[in-house]
Amino acid sequence: MSSMAAGPGVISLREITKAFPGVVANDRISLDIVSGQVHCLLGENGAGKSTLISILAGMQQPDSGTILVDGAPAPINSPKAAVDLGIGVVHQHSTLVPAFTVLENLMLGETGLVRNEKRAVARLEELSELLGARIDPKALAGDLGLGQQQQVEIAKAMWKGSRLLILDEPTSMLTPQAIEKLAESIAQIKARGLAVVFITHKLREAYQIGDCVTILRGGKNVGHIGAEQLASLSEAQAHSAILAAMFGEDITTPDAADLAGATEARREVDDWGGGAKSVRLQLSGVATHGHGHDTDIRNVSISVHEGEILGIAGIDGHGQSALAEVVAGQRSASAGSIRFDGEDIARRGVRARQKLGLRYVTDDRLYEGTVAGMSVAINLVLKRIGQAPFWKLGQINRKAVDAEADRLIGEYAIKTPSSATRAGTLSGGNIQKVLLARELTDGARFVVVNKPTYGLDLKTVKLVRQILTEFASSGGSVLLLSTDLDELVELSHRIAVISDGEIAGIVQNDGRGTAERVGQLMTGAIEGTHA
Amino acid sequence: MSGLLSASVLAAFLTAILVQTMPLILAAIGETIGEQSGVLNLGIEGVMLVGAYSGYVAAVSSGSPWIGMLGGIAGGVVANLLLLVLNTWLGLNQIVIGLAITVMGEGLTSVLYLQNYSKHPLSVPGDSWAIAGLSDLPVVGPSIFRQSGIFWVLLLVMVAVAFLLARTNWGLSIRAAGQKPSSLDTAGGSVIKTRSSAVLLNGAFVGCGGAFLSILTTGTFTAFMTGGLGFVAIVITMLSRGKVSWIVITSLLYGIAVAIKNPLQLIGVSVPADVFQMLPFVVVMLTLILFARSSIVPPALGSPYTRGAR
Repeated sequence: MSSMAAGPGVISLREITKAFPGVVANDRISLDIVSGQVHCLLGENGAGKSTLISILAGMQQPDSGTILVDGAPAPINSPKAAVDLGIGVVHQHSTLVPAFTVLENLMLGETGLVRNEKRAVARLEELSELLGARIDPKALAGDLGLGQQQQVEIAKAMWKGSRLLILDEPTSMLTPQAIEKLAESIAQIKARGLAVVFITHKLREAYQIGDCVTILRGGKNVGHIGAEQLASLSEAQAHSAILAAMFGEDITTPDAADLAGATEARREVDDWGGGAKSVRLQLSGVATHGHGHDTDIRNVSISVHEGEILGIAGIDGHGQSALAEVVAGQRSASAGSIRFDGEDIARRGVRARQKLGLRYVTDDRLYEGTVAGMSVAINLVLKRIGQAPFWKLGQINRKAVDAEADRLIGEYAIKTPSSATRAGTLSGGNIQKVLLARELTDGARFVVVNKPTYGLDLKTVKLVRQILTEFASSGGSVLLLSTDLDELVELSHRIAVISDGEIAGIVQNDGRGTAERVGQLMTGAIEGTHA
Repeated sequence: MSGLLSASVLAAFLTAILVQTMPLILAAIGETIGEQSGVLNLGIEGVMLVGAYSGYVAAVSSGSPWIGMLGGIAGGVVANLLLLVLNTWLGLNQIVIGLAITVMGEGLTSVLYLQNYSKHPLSVPGDSWAIAGLSDLPVVGPSIFRQSGIFWVLLLVMVAVAFLLARTNWGLSIRAAGQKPSSLDTAGGSVIKTRSSAVLLNGAFVGCGGAFLSILTTGTFTAFMTGGLGFVAIVITMLSRGKVSWIVITSLLYGIAVAIKNPLQLIGVSVPADVFQMLPFVVVMLTLILFARSSIVPPALGSPYTRGAR
């Protein structure tokens, strides 16, 4: 660990501990945040990054430990205290009010009765220069593209002239082009003498953007590489030092590098036969109609072949749910045809499609995907209710259900005390395994998966991806909807880009540069609709 | 002009519209402030009755309708303290608390009135401002320009509320608390303080509406006198999407439906009186059927806020 200096221009965390029921999220974490530096916090899901940020933002109080600002103790017991100290946070999930204009969002939290719009517009001008982006103050926040929303979030975090800017996983939903732009803004902000904390689980970004790196694992600070040290290490040396700290010794380096996004994601192009294989699912001109605030899809034509993984890239909320549900049969198509093995299934219901071998793993694992209060066993046969041998004459056959459950629990390595355990008590990763086990068993030939690894720990992520790859190589077809570009590039044979409910284009995944081409389609499409 | 639709009938008609509409506008404005901040006050019917009763008591014991209005406001605020403590501060369910307040308000005011005033009902002293020059005009003179001074003051208050909601930092906080309370919190504002102010103002306006009903519309208190007016106010609030101008327009529709009874009977439209009683509610239902699709309620309406909860 490098020297700890608590002086002017430094925000120091000392022995910060925060426990939640059953888990110590932060275990005596100490680190220094120095002005004019970008401090990267690395760690996988559940390592305690978000809790630490909540504490700095005043959203949570530490159980013990102190925070020193310029050497003096400064308790941060409310978000307001954080704002007053000049700590601005860009949270992972948007804190903009979609129904408000950009200006209204920025002025939120101001005091005094009458709104001073002139001053606010002037301040936005100032910040726009710094961010290198011009944002219409009268535009509704909900109408902005994701990259622009993030610019507004940064402007909001810096509104009161902050001294520390915290960015919580800011790149997770951005295109490669937008990430580059963000890196430029961060450099500008750093040059003004502000401290920046940059949180990520991708090593590549940490190395590119950070001046120093702190690695969290299991709630502990397990490694720090100071600024001089990081500058003196070669890229390869830095990588292996960080990887060792991130994963300990229980994982081999190439795997770890993959998981941590150290290398550029790339698919090993295997020979799946391409267009020679028969088309399993064919959507022609499919549209959906009306479903709350969800984006509908329009004129979607895609085909998925036998043994193929077709990725659907796009920013969250651009019609992915509508597409997934219209294929699964949970939503009816208002136009177009859906063919499965050449047969028109547009009028078939969920259960009929299920029987044909068309399955759906929802992204809403907790509510739509499982019945939290019921046992793992029941959840595993949930889609076969009433069918023999699990039900006989309307009566449940517990023995058959338990036998099937035990088989699937073994096959998919689901960690559960028993098959009678309530599904809601399992971890997110194991709930996802339950869903995959349920959908991929009993004659599955096609599966729609929506954000299959979102929010999971790295080892489960790897397992889920492996399950999908194996399913495809054994002849199954996958429609993979994801907001994680690296995941799409790693798994898909082809990647279609969905934007505002329409397919903006399809990219063959044939080696380098795929992510950039997909990114271009995403940004192109977005500028077309939102400019 | 036919004799039946004489100037005096028209003037009475206009007066009836104004006094019938005003309590509804006030209650809907109160409800709007609450809903915009994310607090749905289903107890509005009860709070209105409390305001009507306390306003009546204050007016007959002081002899001044002005003091009566203040009494109504105070009654409404006190009744809403329950919602403030149980829901805004402690996070209990708004629907349960709201219905409890409604039932309680109905029971409490009926019993108190029965106990104290039913044998010797007192009537509220009147109040009317003749606006110089305008009060002598035909039709509008004796109706609009001889209203109580309270009427004019309340008109000013309405404009003020519209301004506060749309143009001030306080209004912005109120709307943010109803749209996305976590945003307000992370921006350094206080969701609890913002919603508390909204709940208290909600009580003040709803109580004021009740007091207007007993003091100026009918001139007396009777048990259950609101007759569902509070719930109509909730409907109007949902349709008006936080806009005071919309509240006024939709409330006027209701007021006209109530007031049209007398002129229609005078012209001799031979329909049973029950039909006229029904008319306002038919209007409300028709409005709902036609416009309910465009009603948008704040996303955080009804959910208590806990910092850091996911």
